[in-house]
Amino acid sequence: MRKSNNINWAKKDLLDLENLSREEIELILQTAASFKEVSTREVKKVPALRGKTVVNLFYEPSTRTRISFEVAAKRLSADVINIATETSSVRKGETLIDTGKNIEALKVDIIVMRHNYSGAAVMLARQLKASVVNAGDGWHEHPTQALLDMFTLREKLGRIEGLNVSIVGDIAHSRVARSNIWGLTKLGAKVTVCAPKILIPPAIEQLGVRVTSNIEEALAGADAINVLRMQFERDSGKAFPSQLEYFKTFGITKERLKSAKKDIIVMHPGPINRGIEMSSDVADGENSVILEQVTNGIAVRMAVLFLVAQANDYIKIKK
Amino acid sequence: MSQFKEKAKILNAEEIKRTLQRLTHQILESNPALMDIVLIGIETRGVYLAKRIQAIFKETENVDIPLGTLDITLYRDDLTTVGVKPQVKETKINFDLTDKTVVLVDDVLFTGRTIRAALDELMDFGRPKAVTLLVLVDRGHRELPIRADFVGKNIPTSQNETVEVRLSELDGIDEVAIGEKV
Repeated sequence: MRKSNNINWAKKDLLDLENLSREEIELILQTAASFKEVSTREVKKVPALRGKTVVNLFYEPSTRTRISFEVAAKRLSADVINIATETSSVRKGETLIDTGKNIEALKVDIIVMRHNYSGAAVMLARQLKASVVNAGDGWHEHPTQALLDMFTLREKLGRIEGLNVSIVGDIAHSRVARSNIWGLTKLGAKVTVCAPKILIPPAIEQLGVRVTSNIEEALAGADAINVLRMQFERDSGKAFPSQLEYFKTFGITKERLKSAKKDIIVMHPGPINRGIEMSSDVADGENSVILEQVTNGIAVRMAVLFLVAQANDYIKIKK
Repeated sequence: MSQFKEKAKILNAEEIKRTLQRLTHQILESNPALMDIVLIGIETRGVYLAKRIQAIFKETENVDIPLGTLDITLYRDDLTTVGVKPQVKETKINFDLTDKTVVLVDDVLFTGRTIRAALDELMDFGRPKAVTLLVLVDRGHRELPIRADFVGKNIPTSQNETVEVRLSELDGIDEVAIGEKV
């Protein structure tokens, strides 16, 4: 008999992975697996969110996340509006809450937001009846990125439980790292973080991860390695003398991968700094699943948009 | 959650088996050459019925009929009403539907809304030559102009009754029962 059908998604928002249960994360991944097929059809569209409006509200530059959300919403037949704050009233000094309430007054159903302040999505979600999906808030979380990383891992290796996953790069400033740590540990993976000491936040061990500053140690025995982007716009670059030195000490190269498992999975959330985090022959090599991550991102975001929209409809009916 | 209070058994395992054999023969009768016939089972129980029909074709006619599965959740017309919290299952059609004769397979035909959704979804996959409908049970109360081509058993019901089809693959037993939600 089939189990797993007992759990339902009941949250109107997706804000982080810290506050999700293992079952909720698994439900998203399962739902995403069903949605992946839609993008392979000749007509790449289903009517599930017909009549819903999704606003992409981005306070930080983003190409792939915004486009991924846009494609996901459109494949569900939702209407999509993109707001880049550089060209909006935010420049005139409008507060986040005011912007959110104005968008809600346009009868928008889901706001997908990226913001440079940690906690911005949580604050907005509390103020609005519309659904809020966090597309990255400061150094806090980037839940859909971690979900698509886990989806890709599960697809490639069949499970998350018991896997050794190493996250390499600027852990201190990375919302991708934080969301991955929450999600992976909840699903039973063993997580190692690896970075120059100055880029490892104090007390990170308390999240249940192993810490190292030795890349060979991070690679040894790892089933997968998630290489983070050096965020030069976010101070990562000030932590070491030169980009070349970082590449020499932490960069993932063909040579370094020789000491790792032969079929180690190499992930990167993009955009890649080639020759800084990893060499081109690794980024384009047989272990790399970087472009599959992009494809899977659509399925994961379709699942998230679908689930929060359903839950919010349900909440409104109950009232 | 409402509970199912059983009133009577309508079909037992043997009767389900014989009914599916008869339905398979009816498909054969309508299309003796089995030209371009494909089976599409509607999640969840329609898929298992379609697999059984496929097996009967293999056994009696020694032909392999292609089989696909359809999850109509994303095409439902009640997604935004009455507290539906659907589970999305898999749609898998690994062949081209163009110019095929589709036999849609479901367990119970009731309002016809599931079939409406299934037809919409099918059309997004191509342009079949014809679509026919096979159901194990037709319980009446249609809300749309839809009818089945191959019917296992007609069971007159009242609106507040429900028909439960149980299949061994999912439920551990083969039977059809009628009852009431209490």
